Amino acid sequence: MSAPLIEMRGITKSFGAVKANEAVDLSVAPGEILGLLGENGAGKTTLMNVLFGAYAPDAGEILVEGRPVTINSSADALAAGIGMVHQHFHLAPRLSVLENLLIGIPGKSGRIDRAGGLARLAEIGRQHGLTLDPDLPVAALSVGEQQRLEIVKALFRGARLLILDEPTAVLAPTEVDGLFAALRSMAAQGLGIIFISHKLNEVRALTHRCVVLRHGRVAGRVDDPANTTSSEMARLMCGHEIVPPARGPSTPGAAVLTLDGISTSRHSGMALRDVSLFVRAGEILGIAGVSGNGQRALAEVISGVAAPDAGRMTIAGKKVEQFSPRAVQALGLGRIPEDRMTTGLVTNLPLADSMVLPRIGTEAFSRKGLLKPDAIRAFAEAQIKAYDIRCPGPMTRAGALSGGNLQKALLARELAFDPQVLIVSQPTRGLDIGAARFIHEKFLDMRAKGCGIIVIGEDLEELLMLCDRIAVMYEGRIAGTLDSADATIARLGLLMTGAGQTEEAA
Amino acid sequence: MSVVLEQIFQVGFLAAIIRIATPLAFATLGEMFSERAGVLNLGIEGIMLLSAMTGFTATSLSGSLWLGVLAAVLTGMLMGALHALFTVALGLSQHVCGIGVTLFSSGLAYFLYRLIFGQQSVPPNIKGFATLPIPVLSDIPVLGPAVFNQFALVYMAMLAIPLAAFVLYRTPWGLSVRMVGENPRAADSAGVSVIATRFQAVILGGALMGLAGAFLSMAQFNAFTFGVVSGRGWVAIALVVFGRWDPWRSAGAALLFAFVDALQLRMQASGLGHIPYEAFLMLPFIFTIVAMAVMSRNAVAPSALLKPFRREER
Repeated sequence: MSAPLIEMRGITKSFGAVKANEAVDLSVAPGEILGLLGENGAGKTTLMNVLFGAYAPDAGEILVEGRPVTINSSADALAAGIGMVHQHFHLAPRLSVLENLLIGIPGKSGRIDRAGGLARLAEIGRQHGLTLDPDLPVAALSVGEQQRLEIVKALFRGARLLILDEPTAVLAPTEVDGLFAALRSMAAQGLGIIFISHKLNEVRALTHRCVVLRHGRVAGRVDDPANTTSSEMARLMCGHEIVPPARGPSTPGAAVLTLDGISTSRHSGMALRDVSLFVRAGEILGIAGVSGNGQRALAEVISGVAAPDAGRMTIAGKKVEQFSPRAVQALGLGRIPEDRMTTGLVTNLPLADSMVLPRIGTEAFSRKGLLKPDAIRAFAEAQIKAYDIRCPGPMTRAGALSGGNLQKALLARELAFDPQVLIVSQPTRGLDIGAARFIHEKFLDMRAKGCGIIVIGEDLEELLMLCDRIAVMYEGRIAGTLDSADATIARLGLLMTGAGQTEEAA
Repeated sequence: MSVVLEQIFQVGFLAAIIRIATPLAFATLGEMFSERAGVLNLGIEGIMLLSAMTGFTATSLSGSLWLGVLAAVLTGMLMGALHALFTVALGLSQHVCGIGVTLFSSGLAYFLYRLIFGQQSVPPNIKGFATLPIPVLSDIPVLGPAVFNQFALVYMAMLAIPLAAFVLYRTPWGLSVRMVGENPRAADSAGVSVIATRFQAVILGGALMGLAGAFLSMAQFNAFTFGVVSGRGWVAIALVVFGRWDPWRSAGAALLFAFVDALQLRMQASGLGHIPYEAFLMLPFIFTIVAMAVMSRNAVAPSALLKPFRREER
């Protein structure tokens, strides 16, 4: 390959005592797709933020086409031809596609250069197959289209190097294919691409070369990802072997949770339409689907946060009469919400308080309206020990814990009360392989003990590994349910995009 | 009732609406620019008062009306910059700082006025703006004398509305303002300085608030009194919501409010029944409350309103 488009040499960046990056070397040639692998906290995002001008490195230099450059802001990065697609999109939902593209672009004789913008957008559409309706407000775009807009935005500004931070996390399998096709086309036309991910199969399918980070340092380089095994790369990422937990056969018992014709009409998000499903004791049911297809409403109904307009729900054979978190919890439901930081716990309170919050009024933790601080503390201490939650102690501010430790704490708080049914959303989102592994093992333990578990997730591989059956949600309905023995990513992917099984046969 | 109806369609009544609407239009446009960039400016009431004072004083001392207007505009810009310093550069609470700016500006206005003019039994006044009929247009029946025989500042307000819409929707700077008010992070990653854009929008807003103050003391009352603003700044904040953060709609909201206000003035004068005049005085404010209650249901504020931007928070 020719001279590198971008070269980072000896990049070191510390935050206080923590070295987020240490002597990292990295280069991307024109036409090359570089994979940047690493667990959470390995320093991938910090490294890319250094490249995009958000942080100044403590040491090291950045060269663009062999010339050293100083990048102090995103404006500098853009001027150097570096574009970034962040994990959380940087778009204004109420402005149009074109307005989001033209932001920061000088106008023509004092006015926004609409004609020029449209021409440029059409040109990018032709070159890479990335088409978008310029006058639609961004809020009307699907997540995949918003991501396309972010890519177009970078190209619009003349980016020759594109950084994508976990771009597939928000996409359905078919959309992933489209994204990969576009990225390959861009690389073929001489652009450099840095693809950040921890999904090993995607990295193997897409990238030409990989750099693996661990604890802020380069742990290894993979020159031929397509012919390197996933376990080899996982070993580089974690520093030790990772064996996925094996799901043994199970003999499901009676249904512990049933939903019968549940419909909602909610103000925000996709409503449920006539959803019926069941979970038996000792089985794990997966709920797959592109996010925004009713998963949130489903989780809210099952956990009693929102009442349905129609339909019937039973927990452990008893009909749910009153939809409130406390009522369904009393019937034997445990819940681990999707967003650990906002609905999971109170980040500014001590961990111990968050761990007893759902049961704060029960006899275990209060008497005659007064809290029992010793009991609360003892409970938290016991769970911290049992689940190996890494924190200075039960009085630590909950928000100070890492994602993996928070998830352990949430799991501990539910499992301590032996729920008959457990509903979890995105159980391992944002967790590294080690922490995810721990969570998975706990689920399988609970399954063996006869708990019925519902896992709402977007990571199909995770669902296939964990679940006995997988239901797919599409536009608020259950589009189909597959036994995991019959389920493949392709079949699930078709259901996720609304294509029925009949179309699959065609 | 017929007496009232007759009065509505008088030239004088229409002219009164335009005159009442002018300071509200300036103030509402000013607040709108600030809020569109994500900065609520509760300093508006005090900024208008202080600008009314400095404008009046500059004219009184120099004899030049336009020098007075300039002083008022500069005062507005300075106080806007002060508000931006607290809320944009330092990222402090917009509510608290805005009220602080209002209290500070009001106090300063009273203090400086007393210092300069002392306590006089008859408050000093100036020869304010005279009406400036526009040739040809002012000859149009009814509309002509009502709309085109007004103060120069009124014409400026009329021009300010389309100009504000043009700047906001058609220029790169206006797009930047809207973007930093919706998603500052997006603007930042596109290389737009969020801090600079917000500063500029708040200062421009301050300039418009200054014009509103200048109109009150130099065209409407030709004197500075402590009640010269009397809540018009607060009303403008409501009108921005009522106008859904859009220049045309905001100006429309100002006109509607002015209509109700002019109407209640006429009703007071007509001595309808034995209703105490205070009841009529309430009308425009009741209208504001009702309009807010109805309209603000669908109103969607700029997403980043009230949210300070700090780059390192990711």
